[in-house]
Amino acid sequence: MEGFPIISAIILAPLIAVIILIFVNDKDHGLIHGIAVVATSIPLALSLYLLFAYDMAKGGYQFEENIPWVKSMGINYHVGVDGISIAMVLLTSIVIFTAVFVSWKGITHRVKEHYIFLLLLVAGVFGVFTSLDLLCFYFFYELAVIPMYPLIGIWGSANREYATMKLTLYLSLGAVFAMLGILSIYFVAGAQTGHYTFDMVQLSQVTLARGYQIKVFLPLLIGFGVLVPLAPFHSWSPIGHAAAPSAVSMLHAGVLMKIGAYGILRVGMGLLPEGAAFWMPVVAILCLINIFYGGMVAMARKDMKFMVGYSSSSHMGYVLLGFATLNHIGVNGAVLLMFAHGIMTALAFSLIGFIYDQTHTRMMYDLRGLAGKLPFVAIAFAVMAFASSGLPGLANFVAEVMIFVGAFKDYPVQVVISVFMIIVTATYMLRAIKSVFFCEAMERWEGIKDANGFVEKFPFIILIAVLFIVGFYPSILLDIINSGVDTLLARIPVLPPS
Amino acid sequence: MYIWALLILPLFSAVLITLVTRRHKDLSSYISIGAVLACFFIVLPIFLRFVGAPHTEHLEGSFRWIGVPGMLVEIGYLIDPLSVLMLFIVTFVGTLIHIYSRGYMHDDPGYSRFFACLSLFIFSMLGIVLANNLIMIYIFWELVGLSSYLLIGFYFEKPAASDAAKKAFLVNRIGDFGFALGICVIFYASGTFNFLEIAHQVHAGHLSPNTMLLGSLLLFCGAVGKSAQFPLHVWLPDAMEGPTPVSALIHAATMVAAGVYMLARISFLLYAAPPAATTVIAYTGAITALGAALLALGQSDIKRVIAFSTLSSLGYMVMSVGVGSATAGMFYLMTHAFFKALLFLCAGSVIHACHTNDIWHMGALSPKLKITATTFILGSLAMMGVFPFSGFWSKDEILSAAFANGDMVLYGAGVLTAFITGIFMTKLILVTFFGKKRYHGSPHESPPSMTIPLIILAVFAVFVGLVGIPSLHPNFGSFLGLHGAEHGAEHGFNMTVAISSTIVVFAGIIIGFLTYYTGTIDPDKMYKRFRGPYRLLENRFYIDHFYDNFIVAKIYNQVARISTFIEVNIIIHFCINGPAYLIRHAGLFLRSTITGGVQHYTFFMVTGVVVLIIVYALT
Repeated sequence: MEGFPIISAIILAPLIAVIILIFVNDKDHGLIHGIAVVATSIPLALSLYLLFAYDMAKGGYQFEENIPWVKSMGINYHVGVDGISIAMVLLTSIVIFTAVFVSWKGITHRVKEHYIFLLLLVAGVFGVFTSLDLLCFYFFYELAVIPMYPLIGIWGSANREYATMKLTLYLSLGAVFAMLGILSIYFVAGAQTGHYTFDMVQLSQVTLARGYQIKVFLPLLIGFGVLVPLAPFHSWSPIGHAAAPSAVSMLHAGVLMKIGAYGILRVGMGLLPEGAAFWMPVVAILCLINIFYGGMVAMARKDMKFMVGYSSSSHMGYVLLGFATLNHIGVNGAVLLMFAHGIMTALAFSLIGFIYDQTHTRMMYDLRGLAGKLPFVAIAFAVMAFASSGLPGLANFVAEVMIFVGAFKDYPVQVVISVFMIIVTATYMLRAIKSVFFCEAMERWEGIKDANGFVEKFPFIILIAVLFIVGFYPSILLDIINSGVDTLLARIPVLPPS
Repeated sequence: MYIWALLILPLFSAVLITLVTRRHKDLSSYISIGAVLACFFIVLPIFLRFVGAPHTEHLEGSFRWIGVPGMLVEIGYLIDPLSVLMLFIVTFVGTLIHIYSRGYMHDDPGYSRFFACLSLFIFSMLGIVLANNLIMIYIFWELVGLSSYLLIGFYFEKPAASDAAKKAFLVNRIGDFGFALGICVIFYASGTFNFLEIAHQVHAGHLSPNTMLLGSLLLFCGAVGKSAQFPLHVWLPDAMEGPTPVSALIHAATMVAAGVYMLARISFLLYAAPPAATTVIAYTGAITALGAALLALGQSDIKRVIAFSTLSSLGYMVMSVGVGSATAGMFYLMTHAFFKALLFLCAGSVIHACHTNDIWHMGALSPKLKITATTFILGSLAMMGVFPFSGFWSKDEILSAAFANGDMVLYGAGVLTAFITGIFMTKLILVTFFGKKRYHGSPHESPPSMTIPLIILAVFAVFVGLVGIPSLHPNFGSFLGLHGAEHGAEHGFNMTVAISSTIVVFAGIIIGFLTYYTGTIDPDKMYKRFRGPYRLLENRFYIDHFYDNFIVAKIYNQVARISTFIEVNIIIHFCINGPAYLIRHAGLFLRSTITGGVQHYTFFMVTGVVVLIIVYALT
């Protein structure tokens, strides 16, 4: 595949599909689904190729493509991947691929438009994870955010207008803060070197003054933190999940939240290493709010989507704790958790969506004894619940253990609370299993049917398989992630100056 | 390489049954039995080789599982006398219980699911035994918790079973909370997870006493959960909601003993740490042993009585580790595995015949269930520790160790436990198998697939204690050769201890006999006189009550409720929707000024000009 623009192909496949879809008859659902499947299987295949073709010994950015865009301002279409981006691209392609299958039965009206927006969104996400140019990064980020508005507003469920407005406002607010930081770096670094550029690879070689790094890291942290979502800027997220249709919830929790964490890593830590070293102890304190408070709110929620939503914000707190360690163990664990949590929440939302489509409720106490009726869904749900509560053999466990071991030296209090919150996670997850699937079946749910046939089972099987593969053989991702983390951490001062 | 087969075969069996053969009941059970039997035949030659030459070099093999700079996690095995003994127990008892289950579960709709879970359990349990490092033991530790969850909740339509499963998993998680932190502490101090490397560092004195104390106590938390020690013992009695073979295999013979095995595995650390560590362990064990024995008195469900006796035995083993003799603890673990599995399987056979768990609906069963009754009595005698049954030798080792340790409170607790055990086991035998007929229908003896395992287990329950006769050389202790058990290891056979414990047990048996057979002591009168204490026992000292109604309802749920209140009312409604509301209404108000009427605009303009003129004139 020498010379083939793999990364552009990943980004363009969904975009080309969007253009084709515009000219397709909107009654022909079979063709529309077919196009969506092809458009998402190409990135999946290519990202798997990247996983194996990436040269870990060499490290750094590979498969780069660099085309000047606005020369006078130093803007380039510059894309490329390192170990961290490969993990994220793979995550995105798995989640969107399965999300297409989940929408197959779930979306019944305006099918064509639904896919157009969904594919636009995902092209943006691919772009974000592969951009090596700050302006490209911002451009693709907006491309990913804007389609969320119609996706939730049109195909969403209860309270969707409120949810979609809130979500879009928050995400744009975050983007504005991040843009402030980005522009500042552009001008200050440009003034320092006399060469104005948005190119991240070049910018990362500029040594900025420590005081400046500390100042500019803050808007970046807030901007990307809103996306993570860092408490107290988190409330857009659970309601966004709740109102969104399954496929969008999957992408939203599985992938969009990871963009914030990825931004902190790539832009924040990558360009402002000393700023990161200064602010990370603060992040280690803030993330406790996510971990503890998010988990506790999840405990009290009876709507399963809200439960998983708050649980996600709690688990993203672990990711931030992993970043805060600034050592190999913790940061590798955090990136692995981004991947594992993405797959796990995608599974969670697809399953909850499946149950909702049949019963029209997500309240766990309205459901009971479904295991007899839905054995396949019950098993899949149990796998998800156990993955979320950190059971060995599933991907999340490895990541969480690494974060705890890595953080123990500098942040023992956080580790104690985080490990405690695993019990809490297990509590609400097992309670959900018990009240939804166990005990005597209710007569109300006589008529519901289990996942049946290829289209319905396939997405669940893929997501479960990924959780198991990474859980049993974590090195398949960890080695490649580590090659990316290595370069990133090399520039961070060893001892965070206090 | 063949050692990896011990993990691969049962895992493969579980996967195969789940994915492929679940609709074929017999085939599924044969696959599962075949897997555990194959494991047994892999273990047997290794076991015999080690028995022949106990000082054979240990075997270790591993591969890298996670490797990032600063942290290496391996999946590996460590074969030494300790693990070989445990492998033998798990595969041997496991095989018998698998065979028994074929008869016991015969017309259950979840037959294949049951065997898949059993295989998953064998896989996880063997993983714990083989583990050569802390992370690996933790991994399989959680996985036995999962299999236990799945098997306790086997009858998931029953609310009691699904609650019990959840409770077991969560209570274990509380113990694992400490366990996980303990692993972090040890890794932070030593930079490795590997047992032999940690031992090396401990012996070289690289770990500070405080670190070792903290590490020991945190790791011990794991054992408190898994081995159901006070105050986390509450899950085990409820776990009896699972099918009886599960109670025998998981909640008596093997999984609950994993805590003791883990303590023996890290005994080098426990004995090198400041003595506070072992003191805590010993007292936890003693409280559990005595408390559970008392609670067993107040139960009338055959499985629950045995469950509380298991708690009591586990307390014994933990106390043994605490008083400095991990060897005696392991010895008791071995004999206990046989007699307790036997007792549970007998109970299963009785339940199978009578379709009830309540001993007051049984009585006079011995002529109907000859094999079951005989083996049950043999198992009970072993459990009570009557000379020369296996329990006598192992209990004696523990009591001698406690005696030699010099703490008479611990020794006294041990003796008192033996006394109470005598009472309730006698009660159990007499009420179930003798006395007046209180059962309904016509119970009949179980099929051979169930009785043959009973007979084999009974033989072991009677004789296996002989390998530990202290004057024998080499005996069990020299075979195990655990390091670091210096203080209290050199106690030998203590005649005073042996005789006094025998007297005490017989006193217990006689009291039980007088109460529940001859009626010389009227149990009803006793209940009336001691109504308060008896109610305390029936309600398990109100510990479960305290957890449910105070810790969970008052603290845990309240924190969750308050967090949600803050989230919904303060953050969302006040901080976020509040400003949005203000802005929207400010906008609505301002909009009302834009009327589109020229007169209005002229009026405002003229008014403005007039105001400006006045202001100008005044200044």
